Amino acid sequence: MNWPRALLTDSGGFQMVSLLHLADITEEGVTFQSPVDGKPMLLTPEDSIQIQNKIGADIIMALDDVVKTTTTGPRVEEAMYRTLRWIDRCIAAHSRPHEQNLFGIVQGGLDPQLRDICLEGLVARNLPGYAIGGLAGGEGKDAFWRVVAQCTAGLPEDKPRYVMGIGFPLDIVVCTALGADMYDCVYPTRTARFGSALVSEGVLRLTHAAMATDYRPLDSSCTCMVCKRYTRAYLHTLVTKEAMGSQLVSYHNISHMMQLSRNLHSSILEGRFPE
Amino acid sequence: MEFTVRACSGHGRVGSLRLASGLEFETPSLLMITRRGLPVVIPPEMLMDLHPDSRACQFTPMHFLEDPLAAVVAKAGGVHKLASLTGFAMVAVARDSLGNEIAGEEASNLGASFETSSGRRIVGLEKYMEVVNACKPDLWVSLPDEVPHWVPEKRNRESVDHTSQWLDHCLSLQHAEHGNRCLGVVVGAGSLEERARSAEQAATRNVAGFSLAGFGLGEDVAQRGFHLEVAIAKLPNDKLRHVCGLGSPEEVLQAVGAGIDLLDSTYPYMLTKECLAMTFPLKMEVPLRNADRDMQPTPDHGVASGFSLAKVNLRSATYGGGRIDETPLVTGCKCYTCKRHTKVYINQLLNSNETLAQTLLEIHNTYHYLEFFKAIRESIKADKFHEFRTWFTSQRQELGVLSLGNIPRVVSCN
Repeated sequence: MNWPRALLTDSGGFQMVSLLHLADITEEGVTFQSPVDGKPMLLTPEDSIQIQNKIGADIIMALDDVVKTTTTGPRVEEAMYRTLRWIDRCIAAHSRPHEQNLFGIVQGGLDPQLRDICLEGLVARNLPGYAIGGLAGGEGKDAFWRVVAQCTAGLPEDKPRYVMGIGFPLDIVVCTALGADMYDCVYPTRTARFGSALVSEGVLRLTHAAMATDYRPLDSSCTCMVCKRYTRAYLHTLVTKEAMGSQLVSYHNISHMMQLSRNLHSSILEGRFPE
Repeated sequence: MEFTVRACSGHGRVGSLRLASGLEFETPSLLMITRRGLPVVIPPEMLMDLHPDSRACQFTPMHFLEDPLAAVVAKAGGVHKLASLTGFAMVAVARDSLGNEIAGEEASNLGASFETSSGRRIVGLEKYMEVVNACKPDLWVSLPDEVPHWVPEKRNRESVDHTSQWLDHCLSLQHAEHGNRCLGVVVGAGSLEERARSAEQAATRNVAGFSLAGFGLGEDVAQRGFHLEVAIAKLPNDKLRHVCGLGSPEEVLQAVGAGIDLLDSTYPYMLTKECLAMTFPLKMEVPLRNADRDMQPTPDHGVASGFSLAKVNLRSATYGGGRIDETPLVTGCKCYTCKRHTKVYINQLLNSNETLAQTLLEIHNTYHYLEFFKAIRESIKADKFHEFRTWFTSQRQELGVLSLGNIPRVVSCN
């Protein structure tokens, strides 16, 4: 890739949830039906770690047993315990522990007791960092932040906490307030492709007719290349018609998220985060 | 605007073009394609540094006919400011090279038929010039009544008459303060007499140059050569000549050989769309090695040198499976893509359906084509254009490359 900066790879666990009708989960691993050629492929914790070892990212993720947040019943408990058994297999299979940081992923659905068991188990393995998984799947916000709060309280203070699949700016701010450090989400670029720009006031729908005569930049406080050069009106004419429209709005949205991160970071350092 | 012929080789010539904005460049020159003012996939902030010659673009006024874009470009103060491409030459060409083919449909006295964002419609003179004036291009072509060579004689004659009348009308509607920026269109399609007549009429008008139209529409290559010759023979030597509709390497060489100075070409983009990288050799001093001649060139062959083939198919399974080709698209190429990435990486991007692949390919293909134009200019300056053209076309034939007589239809590679 010729990418000189930090890199993180995921384990493939999320695909279990997003492609569930194609997956069969057993103790051995996950059998997918390959969307490319229809052939069955088995992904074990060992396979996942081996592939991630080859890719060579700075942070790699354990293969966890992920269930939808809306799932209830014994499946949630089964997934949590299996995640703990799989973390040991991941640790054993990890061939580059001094170059790549293996993060464990806390599961347990929305059940505080299950989450506690998982937290305890993962913390005992003394991993370089921890992710809070199994969220951002349609649960209510109240349930969501409670789980995040519980997890950040139960994870070591001196290790990174990564909330997976979070990308709405508001969610990032709330999770940061609760003690999380890292996030990933397709939201900024996906929403860009649908013609929405992330701005300080919220979400700007560029497809709206009012944008056709709005000659301001996307965000007056943004210093990115797109905001320096182009108006909302011009972007309005591009967004659903040219690939370049998606490219430019994606560029701005990513800039926006990076600025958000910088603001969170500096406001904490300067002791003015609550404001 | 100033245009001066600096060197000749046969009918081919190198010129220097200095625009009113102060921007100067050498011709023959490639105009890069834009849509609604911006490149199709190349990030606009990368355009300036893409290549020393990546300074000139074409755009289609027909994209700017309707609101809201019509109002937006007027309010912005022209297409340079709109697209943030000050420092570039923006040339307005009526024909949309990425769009539909010209069918020679009926035109009225008031305008010709064009594809716009609201479908096919007649575009009249007032409207056309309103858009041209709002866009403030560095050069613009007059409204053409362009027809393919197979139309009946009567329609062809009519197209010559229309085009000439519309040239006068356009000139009367141009903004005086912009000075002379008009490229008068020359048509004539299937008849050499009509072609000559069209050129004669345009030649007497007070224009900055000429735009030869009606090519790239399935005409016979030899016929095209005659048409170019006949038209150019009637045009003043010291004015710019543009041709639209021609863009493949062979077409460029034919046009330059006849005396053309400016071409807008979709050739790089056509290759990108088909997941091909442009790799043809540019220097005739480097002989084809015997080993290369013996090699069976197939599109799947990922050879390290890049010299042996005109195009490399980046979708080939050869990269992922057996051989891992960690060489750049063209060894020694100084473009952004070749300095950073390998064939196998681009293959991986294509197989993952990542749009980055198109961006990287388009950057390379555009760079390579600009290098091609530079090689053409160098050969003219050395008075070796004919040799260069002969060498180029023969090595393409030797490699079994299908000569793109006309630019193929766009084929999606997904």
